[in-house]
Amino acid sequence: MFDTLSLASLPPADEAIRPAIRALAATAASAADTDERARSWQGYDPAFSRRLGEAGFLGLTLPKRYGGHERGPFARFVVVEELLGLGAPVAAHWIADRQSAPLILNFGNEAQRQSYLPRIARGEIFFCIGMSEPGSGSDLASVRTRADRTETGWRVNGQKIWTSGAPHCDYMIALLRTSGGPDDRHAGLSQLIIDLKVPGVTIRPIRDLAGDEHFAEVFFEDVDLPADALIGEEGEGWKQVTAELAFERSGPERIYSSVVLLDAWIAHLRGVGRDDAATRALVGDATARLGVLRAMSIACTARLAAGESPVTEASLVKDLGTAFEQQLPVLIGDDLASHPDEAVAADLYRALLYVTHVAPSFSLRGGTREILRGIIARGMGLR
Amino acid sequence: MNEFLEPFERMLEALSPPATVRAIEAGGSAAALWDGIAESGFLDALVPEDCGGAGLPLSEIGPLWQALGRHAVPLPVGETMLARTLLAAAPAAPAAPAGPIALAVADPGTAIVVPFGGVAHHVLLESGSQLYLVEADGEPTGVPGSLAARMRWDAPGGVSVGAAPPGGLRAVAAILRAALIAGAADRLTTMTAAYANERVQFGKPIGKQQALQQQMAVMAEDMVACRIAAQLGCAGGLPPSLAAAATAKSITSTAAPRLAATAHAIHGAIGISAEYDLQLYTRRLHEWRLADGSETYWNRLLGAARLGDARGSVDYVREMLA
Ligand SMILES: Cc1cc2nc3c(=O)[nH]c(=O)nc-3n(C[C@H](O)[C@H](O)[C@H](O)COP(=O)(O)OP(=O)(O)OC[C@H]3O[C@@H](n4cnc5c(N)ncnc54)[C@H](O)[C@@H]3O)c2cc1C
Repeated sequence: MFDTLSLASLPPADEAIRPAIRALAATAASAADTDERARSWQGYDPAFSRRLGEAGFLGLTLPKRYGGHERGPFARFVVVEELLGLGAPVAAHWIADRQSAPLILNFGNEAQRQSYLPRIARGEIFFCIGMSEPGSGSDLASVRTRADRTETGWRVNGQKIWTSGAPHCDYMIALLRTSGGPDDRHAGLSQLIIDLKVPGVTIRPIRDLAGDEHFAEVFFEDVDLPADALIGEEGEGWKQVTAELAFERSGPERIYSSVVLLDAWIAHLRGVGRDDAATRALVGDATARLGVLRAMSIACTARLAAGESPVTEASLVKDLGTAFEQQLPVLIGDDLASHPDEAVAADLYRALLYVTHVAPSFSLRGGTREILRGIIARGMGLR
Repeated sequence: MNEFLEPFERMLEALSPPATVRAIEAGGSAAALWDGIAESGFLDALVPEDCGGAGLPLSEIGPLWQALGRHAVPLPVGETMLARTLLAAAPAAPAAPAGPIALAVADPGTAIVVPFGGVAHHVLLESGSQLYLVEADGEPTGVPGSLAARMRWDAPGGVSVGAAPPGGLRAVAAILRAALIAGAADRLTTMTAAYANERVQFGKPIGKQQALQQQMAVMAEDMVACRIAAQLGCAGGLPPSLAAAATAKSITSTAAPRLAATAHAIHGAIGISAEYDLQLYTRRLHEWRLADGSETYWNRLLGAARLGDARGSVDYVREMLA
């Protein structure tokens, strides 16, 4: 069962880019405190994203004629692994590079590709994902925000929520209802590219429990868009969004959210010289799980590289990976606090509490645990 | 896909159906099964070509070991492949005996449980970093259906084979055990999904219940993690590195009781009955988890190595599991 997930290795040509991306990631991360590096996903640093673009690390999978580098998903795996491993700030370009660019490449027309892709690859424009709404979370097909046809294009009314990066982004790719009502479910949905600077768009940041403002509410009030805002086919939004989610869920980011904390903890243990049997067992367990999850993530990347859309495989790796990301702060917290006489560096302590507080989001963003398990069960023939 | 897997799997289907597994577990003769497997030539699949074997890389042997787990083969076939390879590689070693060989690591005077010890003719024993080929002589463990045996050597005796492989025989056995667990996990997941689609309660298949689908999804995750862990264990060849052996055995041993528990939970009472095949695989999962070091045993060794290393965690697993 699930025989397609099998050990794969990174091709040497992709492995070869590691030193360069590591050196660049270090310029943004090495001086930062542990808790700042632990915020890698949330770190908004457009200048760094542009440097990544200049150095050729964005749009890796895009064709050269669109400013890309014609490398496969394995190259992107190496880049993402290095950025997250060091805790570099990735928020600015994250979504554009990971899913908006492949979406535009796959479903966009020639003019759209030429307009957006080279700028994404240069790290100049940033995208966000407008899927969730106040009444539509897991039940994404129930979205109500509408785009109605006008003489010149589209008029959008409604609201999105939890939109990561919206306050800083240039464009949103939104899943909207272009015909019918919420009861029509998958039918009548389309994706539109919304320029967030146009009149009628209001963005209200939402502060999270760790004090950060990375996501937002986005309101649309009679927002007029040109006809070419439509991406892909009208009414095909559900199919397109499903393909997009395979990109969103399949990357190495689904195992590395707590890895900066893991390394800081191990550095602490080395520093205080604690290596009794119980400590060794904890460290060994985390190491073995990281090793296998990484191999699973590469196995999933291999399906992408083979041109498949590994929706089920990605769900499987993401669910297991996010469980690992969530268990790390629990076990590290217990370990440190069960040795109350050891001094814990201030930034390790802050990183521990930061990851502890945001960890629930690991299995929410990109689809909840229960939804992913439903997808896996479908892949097993149970639904 | 590995070209040897299909014929190997077909052979096991023919030679080792559940009825045969049961008969041998009940004390019946394993001679016919053994002869069939021996004739296939697969016992020397890992032996280098210049020693008369097929010289397959370990990475291609791993799937065969998984197949052994998938069919609950009641003989130490993987162990014998390894023993024959180690014997072929040792200059002073005797020729490999014809019968099944189990693997054991034991200090003098300490009684240990040897998987398949009850059906092996010989044991390749590591004692004091030396290998010995000894005749299998043990007592039943008293665990119903188990083919393991309790063994104890006051002094190694037998025929000296030479130095144990670097990292020890336990690491070699651990990657085999990981592959066997992965194979049994695959079988259990398939059986359990099929059962969930068949068994009707409350007017519909129990597999339509979301609570059960969620458990099945976790089972699939564990099963795939076991497969990848087993593959990592075999990826670097013989002998495995500490990191490879530890990762493979830690992950599979951690998952084994979870997999068995879910398989049983979803089968309900029928899974507890001896007559139903589920127990052939779940009993083995538990036995293999305990054999050659449990998850904590390997986690300690891996953790010690990790704590002695200044690299970051991602670099560590990337470079050590290459
Ligand atoms: C940090 C963060 C960033 C995000 N960024 C974005 C973004 O950029 N763009 C965007 O569009 N969205 C974003 N989201 C939203 C995210 O996609 C949703 O949170 C997610 O899809 C779940 O929706 P919900 O929060 O409304 O929860 P609900 O759907 O209300 O779910 C609540 C609970 O009910 C369970 N549940 C719901 N339906 C079922 C069912 N059928 N069976 C079993 N259990 C069920 C869920 O699993 C969950 O446990 C982000 C979320 C977070 C936390």
